[in-house]
Order: sequence, then C-alpha cells, then structure tokens
Amino acid sequence: MIECKNITKVYKNGDEETTVLKGVSFKIEDGEFVAITGPSGSGKSTLMHILGCLDTPTSGSYFLDGRDVSKLSDNQLADVRSNQIGFVFQSFNLLSRTTVMRNVTLPLVYSGVPDAEHDGRAAQALRAAGLPEERWNFKSNQLSGGQIQRVAIARSLVNNPSVIMADEPTGNLDSKTGEIVLGTFQQLNKEHGATIILITHDSDIAHHADRVISIKDGLIIEDKKNTKQKVVDHALL
Amino acid sequence: MTIKNLYRETAAALLSNKSRSGLTVLGIVIGIMSVIVMLAVGNGTSSSIQSSIQGLGSNLLTVSAGAARGPGTQVRGSAGSAQSLTVADATAIQDRVSGVANVSPEVSSNQQIVAANANSNSSIYGVQSVYATVHNVEMQEGSFISDKNNQSLSRVVVLGPTLSQDLFGVGAEAIGQTVRFNNLEFTVIGVTKAKGGSGFTNPDSAAYIPLSTAQQMITGNQFVSSIAVEAASADVSQSVQDGITSLLLKRHNITDSTKADFNIQSQASLSSTLSSITTILTYLLAAIASISLIVGGIGIMNMMLTTVTERTKEIGLRKAIGAKKRDISMQFLAEAVALTMVGGIIGVVLGYLISYAVTLTGLLTATVTTSSVLLAVGVSAGIGIVFGYFPARRAANLNPIEALRYE
Repeated sequence: MIECKNITKVYKNGDEETTVLKGVSFKIEDGEFVAITGPSGSGKSTLMHILGCLDTPTSGSYFLDGRDVSKLSDNQLADVRSNQIGFVFQSFNLLSRTTVMRNVTLPLVYSGVPDAEHDGRAAQALRAAGLPEERWNFKSNQLSGGQIQRVAIARSLVNNPSVIMADEPTGNLDSKTGEIVLGTFQQLNKEHGATIILITHDSDIAHHADRVISIKDGLIIEDKKNTKQKVVDHALL
Repeated sequence: MTIKNLYRETAAALLSNKSRSGLTVLGIVIGIMSVIVMLAVGNGTSSSIQSSIQGLGSNLLTVSAGAARGPGTQVRGSAGSAQSLTVADATAIQDRVSGVANVSPEVSSNQQIVAANANSNSSIYGVQSVYATVHNVEMQEGSFISDKNNQSLSRVVVLGPTLSQDLFGVGAEAIGQTVRFNNLEFTVIGVTKAKGGSGFTNPDSAAYIPLSTAQQMITGNQFVSSIAVEAASADVSQSVQDGITSLLLKRHNITDSTKADFNIQSQASLSSTLSSITTILTYLLAAIASISLIVGGIGIMNMMLTTVTERTKEIGLRKAIGAKKRDISMQFLAEAVALTMVGGIIGVVLGYLISYAVTLTGLLTATVTTSSVLLAVGVSAGIGIVFGYFPARRAANLNPIEALRYE
C-alpha cells in the first residue's frame, strides 16, 4: 500500500528555486492499477522518482507498506528499491548482448537471493510476463521491441515487489506492440494481483488503468475511477 | 553481491568488448614484461661481471711499486716506476703475514718481440711458477715457467694465444720456435689457454719469462714491479692487506703511512665498486621499464573512464533495481584489477620466455628472480586498484535518475 501525504519537491539551482510538486496527497491500495498522467513539466516524472524511491521529497511523507521511506539514506533506499519496487522503463534498459535469463536474474544478484533460486524465480516471472519459453536463452539484441519490454516486465517482477512502476512503457513501441504490453500489465493486475503505477503523458494509454490521477503544475487536478477502462483483447497476447 | 556474482559480472563486462579489453591488457603486459626482463638482464650482467672478476684471480691483492697518490694530487708515477719492491719483500710477505696463500713477485716490461716473419709489441712479465696459480693461468700446450727455469736463468718464454698467432700464424706450432727481444733469443716452451680480455690488460697477448732472467737480462736490477698476493679467502683479504701494509712500511723504514712507496689494490674493492655500479644500472633499467608500467596503468584508467561513461545508463539501471554504491564501485574496481592481473600473469610468462631467449643467445645469463616476479605482480595489482579506484568511485556516485536519462 502506498500513502503520500502533502509531498513537495523543490529543486535548487544556485539562488533559483523551482517547486515541482506543491503538496500531493493520495493513497494507492494493493492490487490497484493506477495511471499517473499529465503533460510534460507537470511533475509526474518527479513524482514517479519519489514513488520509486530514486529520490526523496523536500517535505511531506511517503509510506510504502506502512513504512515512512521519505527520509531514508541512499543505501536504505537501494534496499527498498531492491525488495519492494519493480521498474519498467521507456527505453527498456536491458543489458546488451546478454541473455534474457541473465537480464531477468540481475535484480536477484543485488537482493541477495541464493544463486540456486535464480532460474526458478526468473522462469516464474517470464511466464507471468508472457515471454515464450523458447526465447529465454536469446540475447537481448535478438528480440523484438515488444519481447524486450516483456523481458523488462519480467525483470521488474522477479523480486515479487509491492509495486511496479512503469514509466512510459509504450513510448518506444508501435501502437499494436504497445497494446500488447498494456494488456500484459492488465493481466498481471487481474490474474496476479500486482499493484501497478503507469506513468504516461498520453490519456489514451492512461485509460487502460482502472484509476487515473491527473497532475498539472505540481498539483493533482483529478483523481477518479476509470469507468471506461480499455481492456486489451486476450487474443492479442 | 556475492564474490561469485561479482566474478561473473566482471567476466561478462570484460568479454563483451574483447578487443578493447585485450589492448588495455597489452599495455600492462608490456610494462610487467619489460620490468622482469630488465631486472633479469641486470642481474645477469652483474653476475657475469662478478665472475669475470673472479676469473682474474680470486682474493687477489696487488702490491705495486710507486708512491701512493698524495692527498689533493692528481699526478702519480706509473706502477713500477719507483723501484722499491724486491723478491725479498715477497718472501717476507709469504713468511710473516698470516692468511696469505700465494705470493707472486712480478716484473713487467714492454718489448718488441720479433719472430721469423712477424713482430709484435707486447707486455713481457718476469714471473715465478706460482704466477700460474695466482692468476689462474692454464696451458693450451707446453708448460709454464718452472722454478728450475728461474734457478737456471733460462731464456725460455711462454706466449699468450693471441700473441702466438700474431707471431707464427694461426694453427702453426709455436713450441720450440725462437723469438727475439731486447737482442736476446728466447725459446718458446708453452702457449697459455685463451682467457679473454678482462680488467685492464689482455693476458692473451702477453708473454712470460722467468723472473730471474727478466731481472738479470732486461731490467738489470733486483727490483720487481709488483707483487700479487692471494689471500686464503675473501674474508681475510682486508686483514692480509693491513698486514702487508705494516710489514712493508717497517721493511722500507717508513713511519708515515701516507708516504708509502707502494700501494695495494684489492680485487675485493674493485669487485664491490663494480657490483654497486651494476646494481645502480639494474635499478635504472627497472625504473625505465616501470615507466611503461605506469603508461599501461593510465591506459587502464582511460579505458575504465570510457566504460563508465558508456555504461552510464547501465549503472543507472543497476542502481534502480537495488545496487548500492558499494556494489557498483566493487564491480568497476574488480574489472580494473582483473585486467591488470591478467596482464600481469601474461607479462610474467612473456618475461620468463624473453629472459630465457636472451640466455640462449649466450651473451649473458638473464636470471628471473622470485622477488622481481612478486614485485611485478604486486605492482600490477596495485595499479589496478589505484587506477581503477577513480573511475569506480565516479560510477558509484552517479545519480540514478540522471544516469537513467543519460543518452
């Protein structure tokens, strides 16, 4: 469960201060699929960095599974990222010329999971992400964009995180492949109960989630259930 | 991160760019290899110098006639120019100084030696039979000057091999032939074995005649030019030198040792001077070689910095999925150390092979010492840590958000 209370973020550049987040509060329950949307410069990326424990807020508090993580040190944040958060990025960020299996097991190296469990955990995550088994020993540069993003999704799942942060996950994909990736998220949410936060500037993509939080100029302007959720056809997957 | 995982990450990273890793390793290989070869050649040179000094006659002291050089004076009469040493002095040294093994009084003179078809200007030494023992003279054919030759004032001569060839030609029978010098005829009774020029004279082009004959018929007096004294061992050579000094001062009635009419040169002092020179040369060679080691280390740092920049996004990702600063710095440090260790090992092997090849040429025996190998390996590991530390720290301190955005 995620709870943000009056989060602000101020960047200092010399004497100039820029307030990017001006007091943001919301709650995300376990098992929700939430889209955070807004135009560029709205502060959604900054919010994502704070929610993903890559950054800490200037003021306010952020509870992740009941623990205040807004004032942790770099190393403590690394532990939180390792065990409770999975990332999916726009530019995939797989290790190049490296097999799918090794890419997916990479987070396990840092979270101290014994080597013997690596392959089993990776297989489980890859199955959940829907990557066909015959591709598991391919190298990352031998896969298509959609397959690469599924590997990245599997990587985000492998540590059984509390929440998956997907930052413009379809930004580098064509719309059909994008649909497949969004369908994968919906499936993970419905069938595995994964908590997913989707960050996007595209309201069409945001409508694949079942709740949409809109941000503008550092403030939440709308936070509502998505009644017209676009469900991706299972046949596509 | 476990050691096993660290090892696997390092291997994967280095193998993903084989040619660049290979070239970086090459820098270290050349550095380590040249340090090892230079030290081996240096050691070989100094031991071959040591052994050629030994070849001149071990534990040898040379007492030569002539005033010792006074303080502040640069000019000195040539050895033998002063007439102060006699055969009696030599006998006294043999009888009265303890630790003396052999004493060889010698007269030297330069003469034009004339054979039937050739002539040569050579050093002629008037010697006793003990000369052969003291100076390690071995015979190629015939025999050396004997005590009997000395007693009977024989006009016989022993030639060095080069001189023999100059006078009679290559391969010609020298024994029994006659040579002339100082208007006297001498019969050749032996030719010495080639010894090679070492020190400041070449024994291969010298000629030896009986000491008594030299005194009677060439110098015309009973003085000797020098007395070679062989100490029983290297340890006593200093005390023998002191003993000879005080004995000769007393015999020559000189109270002030600075006014001695003789001086003593020891092989030991020459040997220690030369060995300190060769040690300095060895270190100089190693210092020059270590410059290439430093250049190799800078190559590693350069490659690691490039790698950190190139892999900024990867570092960002690793941090995002939970890598701590320590994990990142360990990984990059491990890559640098792995490069230098691989380079170090190849360098040591090549260093051995090249030293062996140098030895095979027969010029000198290049000996690779364990200490030089340990030094090289230690230095290479040290270079990996020193030159890898800065890039590793830079990688570890990257901000994950900026690193992920880096294009």
